Amino acid sequence: MTSREKILQQIRVNKPSETIMPLSIRFDSNFESTENKFIETLTAIYTEVIVVKNKEALVAKVGELYASVVNRATTIPELGAWADFSLNVSDPHELEMIEIAILQAEFGVAENGAVWISDRYLSHRALPFITQNLAFVIQRKALVNNMHDAYERLQDTTGWGCFIAGPSKTADIEQSLVIGAHGARSMVIFLLEDEE
Amino acid sequence: MSKAIIEHSVASETFNKDEPYVDWHDETLWFVRQKRDKSSKLLPEWEQLREVASGIKNYVLSHMDELLVSFEEKAKANGVHVHWAADAAEHNEIVLGLLRQHNIDKMVKSKSMLTEECHMNDFLSRNGIEVIDTDLGERIVQLRNEPPSHIVLPAIHLKKKDIGDLFHEHLGTEAGATDPQYLTEAARQHLRDKFLTRRAALTGVNFAVAETGGFVVSTNEGNADMGAHLADIHIACMGFEKIIPKQEHLGVFLRLLARSATGQPITTYSSHFKKPREGQEMHIIIVDNGRSTQLGREDFRNSLKCIRCGACMNTCPVYRRSGGHSYHNAVAGPIGSILAPNLDMTKNADLPFASTLCGSCSNVCPVKIDIHDQLYKWRQVLVKGGHVPQAKEIGIKAMSIVLSQPRFYQWSGRLGRSVMRTMPFMVNNGMNPWYKQREMPEPPKESFRDWYVRNRKE
Repeated sequence: MTSREKILQQIRVNKPSETIMPLSIRFDSNFESTENKFIETLTAIYTEVIVVKNKEALVAKVGELYASVVNRATTIPELGAWADFSLNVSDPHELEMIEIAILQAEFGVAENGAVWISDRYLSHRALPFITQNLAFVIQRKALVNNMHDAYERLQDTTGWGCFIAGPSKTADIEQSLVIGAHGARSMVIFLLEDEE
Repeated sequence: MSKAIIEHSVASETFNKDEPYVDWHDETLWFVRQKRDKSSKLLPEWEQLREVASGIKNYVLSHMDELLVSFEEKAKANGVHVHWAADAAEHNEIVLGLLRQHNIDKMVKSKSMLTEECHMNDFLSRNGIEVIDTDLGERIVQLRNEPPSHIVLPAIHLKKKDIGDLFHEHLGTEAGATDPQYLTEAARQHLRDKFLTRRAALTGVNFAVAETGGFVVSTNEGNADMGAHLADIHIACMGFEKIIPKQEHLGVFLRLLARSATGQPITTYSSHFKKPREGQEMHIIIVDNGRSTQLGREDFRNSLKCIRCGACMNTCPVYRRSGGHSYHNAVAGPIGSILAPNLDMTKNADLPFASTLCGSCSNVCPVKIDIHDQLYKWRQVLVKGGHVPQAKEIGIKAMSIVLSQPRFYQWSGRLGRSVMRTMPFMVNNGMNPWYKQREMPEPPKESFRDWYVRNRKE
């Protein structure tokens, strides 16, 4: 008998009698303003939220913020001219030089400041982690209240995706919070006002 | 790891020798517990959320086989290789086999308590494989040749001076440096080099979803993703109880996990793996290692609902004052003490006694495991099975004789009170463990019963 058979058989013999799934597993969050809650949560986790009118305003703002930075990458076509680092590489190790990456993300969650990004928006899964600094662009309308709403919205069928909430951090040395563990050292979120 | 096991009470005594250190350890963990309280109270539905999570996990326990089979089928359809390991040794052999197949002798690893339980690092290193732990806390304890002392905060037992000295020796940081920012930066540089040069990455699994064949790994540092997305081969190891039925159930568990663990609304990264990236190999190892036996223990099977948040440790008055290493088990604290006897009753017979049975662990548990009831039940099983030291067994038997005979109990009480009053040295001495780190109140002149009998007559 294989281990698989052995394990499954022992589970069948030992498992408790049938229990039923809770009827409702979701809760609603009633925030006065989803966007304000989103911004408030992100501020608490060391992330700046910048509202911009449209893609032109985004280009201007980005140019101003990262004027002196070298090795800029993006997945947003309108920022193509701003970027000086091409993501058209075959080996993700080559992304190691990137200083700032500005990426399109799908939506954000107000209760915890998490933003969903996936294979649908990324050519390299390593990118949001390997870049020294990270920024996401999402539609202002693309915000949900809580994680129950998030999974209702999430119809992603790609091979990988991630909720990212703020810059990388650790408190493993005497519980002192340090920003910039292995992933991004800083995080900015641009909220696009105009709908595409 | 055939180190002789030191009993929890003995190890705690050593831990308690340095009083300011114990106070610091105690307060640090209590601080984490308070962050959990603050965060949970922001959700009006918190208690209902726990109830739902518990309900989903109960469903999982009673449908474990079907869920695992469905998970396997979906994962395979996603292009993921699925392996089954009956015990720790088989798990370790599978990992070694995969690495040898790819001629890999160096691997990065993110947090996986399962691999600690299987003593995988030791096994691989004996077989010529270098494993680098990439979680900062885990890297710290690895450099010290120690196991983690906490499942979420692996280096919580160390002061920054210890870490400064360690990094000075191993990473070449300045002597005497203790600034956490500086030390973390040094570790970042040191580990980035490992991420960029290793072809294999091993991660744990926080949740595996039967409906999609995908799995979720949560970290704050980003180390699981850095490893997995840069490696040619990603191995994910899971105890089979990590399975949940549907993706939407993650909404419940991800709301509870980080809030219970550290008070954060969610961890920085909640990575959802489903298919390997192009050119990459992805493997999942589903491990039993005693879990199917525990599933059959009616009184203890609920321990398999655990989502490894560590809240029961942070709140436990015994854990906070004895440290994780005193539990001589991969998972320490209250939850570890109900999991460990299943693995080995003789070796771990002391652990269910390392508790005051105050019940705080059960109150904070996000999936409502009856932890303190199980600790109490394990004590009975272990004594009946002859797994506890004779002295303890004799003590328990003597107590039982006294407590079951009212007249004898009254007489013993009177005798005890008078001895404590007139000859305190008879009890307050080094022979009596109840007097360690404690000052006893003065014994009353009469018992409540005597007082009651006297006053009722008046």
